[in-house]
Amino acid sequence: MTALLEIENLTKTFTMRSGMFGDTISLDALVDINLEVEKGETLAIVGESGCGKTTLGRCIVRALDPTSGRVSYRPEPGKTIELSSLPKRELKPWRQDIRMIFQDPMSSLNPYLRVFDLVAEPLRIHKIARGAELEQRVISTLEKVGIPRDALQRFPHAFSGGQRQRIGIARALILDPKLVIADEAVSALDVSIQAQILNLLEDLKADFGLTYIFISHDLGVVNYIADRVVVMYLGHVVESAPTEALFERPRHPYTEVLLEALPIADPTRRKGQRAELQGEIPFLGNRPQGCPFHTRCKYAQDRCRSEKPALRPVNGTAQQAACHFAETLELTGAYDAPQRAIA
Amino acid sequence: MTPQTHMANDKTLLRMEDVSIVFSSPDEADIEAVRQVDFTLTRGKTLALVGESGCGKSVTARTILRLLDKNARIPSGRILFSPGDGETTDIATLKPDSTAMRSIRGNKISMIFQEPMSSLSPVHTIGAQIDEMILLHENLDKKGARARTIELLEQVGVPGARQRADAYPFQLSGGLRQRAMIAMALACKPDLLIADEPTTALDVTTQAQILDLLRSLRDEFGMAMLFITHDLGVVAEIADEVAVMYLGDVVEQGDVFEVFKSPQHPYTRALMSSIPRMTRHADRQRLNPIQGSVPSPKNRPSGCAFTTRCPHAFEPCASVRPGPTGTSENHWARCHLLTDPEAPRVDGLIQPQVEGTPNAYQGDRT
Repeated sequence: MTALLEIENLTKTFTMRSGMFGDTISLDALVDINLEVEKGETLAIVGESGCGKTTLGRCIVRALDPTSGRVSYRPEPGKTIELSSLPKRELKPWRQDIRMIFQDPMSSLNPYLRVFDLVAEPLRIHKIARGAELEQRVISTLEKVGIPRDALQRFPHAFSGGQRQRIGIARALILDPKLVIADEAVSALDVSIQAQILNLLEDLKADFGLTYIFISHDLGVVNYIADRVVVMYLGHVVESAPTEALFERPRHPYTEVLLEALPIADPTRRKGQRAELQGEIPFLGNRPQGCPFHTRCKYAQDRCRSEKPALRPVNGTAQQAACHFAETLELTGAYDAPQRAIA
Repeated sequence: MTPQTHMANDKTLLRMEDVSIVFSSPDEADIEAVRQVDFTLTRGKTLALVGESGCGKSVTARTILRLLDKNARIPSGRILFSPGDGETTDIATLKPDSTAMRSIRGNKISMIFQEPMSSLSPVHTIGAQIDEMILLHENLDKKGARARTIELLEQVGVPGARQRADAYPFQLSGGLRQRAMIAMALACKPDLLIADEPTTALDVTTQAQILDLLRSLRDEFGMAMLFITHDLGVVAEIADEVAVMYLGDVVEQGDVFEVFKSPQHPYTRALMSSIPRMTRHADRQRLNPIQGSVPSPKNRPSGCAFTTRCPHAFEPCASVRPGPTGTSENHWARCHLLTDPEAPRVDGLIQPQVEGTPNAYQGDRT
């Protein structure tokens, strides 16, 4: 067993009241999530807004408390820490190991702190270093992410978006974490800056032996950076597979839809009118019976409307899908998108 | 000097000639956000204006509708609009609030924005907002306007259009809101639709739906589209032509197939190598982004705007602004590498022979 993190039957339910005296309704943001994160891998979690990918990340770091289920962290062989049931006080040491990088570096950096203090803050909170040692660690971490030494006394607003993201990364790295959860870490950046940050994340992973959970909606980036991909829809994991297998031949119709919708930067692979993309994501409060995707699935049968498919290995491979017809459906991948004549 | 790839003929709908846009502020020097931009929009075609944040693409689009704030001026250039009645108007000379401009804005040229929630009125139903547009520009009564509104909403694929017309924007999903905004923009059958990042805030499946919709509406209405985006995938999907902007300059323009196949400006090439390609892992190449970030327009080099980050910059780049050089009939770029016989050799560029005359395409350019 080399899993660094194991998630079992994780469920998160939010309750919401409609109006001041209205009924409470419960929204299942995560339904019975099972997954493992191997040491040293980059696991991508993809899906559209509201699919639960951010909630999942937040449940792992306990920024949100899961409703039920377990999140177990294995810092070393034979040692298992159950993060989901630890009291907040006992959680603190493990918070050094699992760090987050956020999407919008402007709203996740305190505008009143200088760069030095922003990056030093985690060291101070965890009482790891002070004085000259602290200064040394801050400077060397900032150097690793490409922030020059003369910028230490500036405020976040004096930096560009890409540089702010580098500061956010430095804050995550300064505690020598084992697992980094990057929640849409490159989504708000311009393409040239996005490429710089992706390269930086890759280099840092190699240098520090990191494991990444990379939460993203951009499948192009995911194909580039991830070893394994988990696709989520309406709070469910619908497919989980090694990246290449998933992009080669998806086994869940929703994955096919995502790949089909992805615009590819090559006009000779232009997709033209796509008939299969109908409808919108249903409201979480009235999740369909049966398979959560059947309302939009072009392959849906009667069985899909009544019976909810479980996530299971397809033909005994590492590729798992939650679809009754995962073995038989001939779904189209993204690598060999047909080159169509131009209308 | 003016790039004349698509000569002014009856297919030309709008031509930007040498347009500069300057913002002034009371306590700072003027900023030239856009300098001497030239491009041509052809009837029925889609031109994508692509570039990173702050390159001036949205400012350019707003200038066409004269929607800029009072501190913006157009010190040079012409915006020639020929809607097909034989007359050509120079939009740059019109007053933003003049009758002439108002009869163009929303009527012959309309616009859709990135975030429909902030560009629709939150206190009016979408039906009322579209009605207003029709009543303003067309000779219809209220009842007729509403009938037209419902027809439009149906056309853009809003299910249950008759009921949805009475919905407020907050009651609709992001995709439906964007459809409502498109319906409003199409209310007067414009000749030109300006779409400013219309799919950026949407999920990927909704984005695909909206792109499909815009493409089919463009053909149905026979209108031209100016599509502003930062996403090269979207450009490849929807554009006939593409213009690449960097720090206020259009550095390259051409047929979308040619620009993607053989980009001729170092900035365009850098953009292309910054996006992860959809390939198997065996063919995966490490991204090769441009170093540094875009300088402020205040510090723009007087020569080529890209000089400070260009890996091939040589002697004339910082001081002399390169002119547009055609590299084929439908493709030009502003770069000294394409004209200077002394320039360093770069693979993939159509450069002049080391001795003798430039071999760049000469064509029908002046």
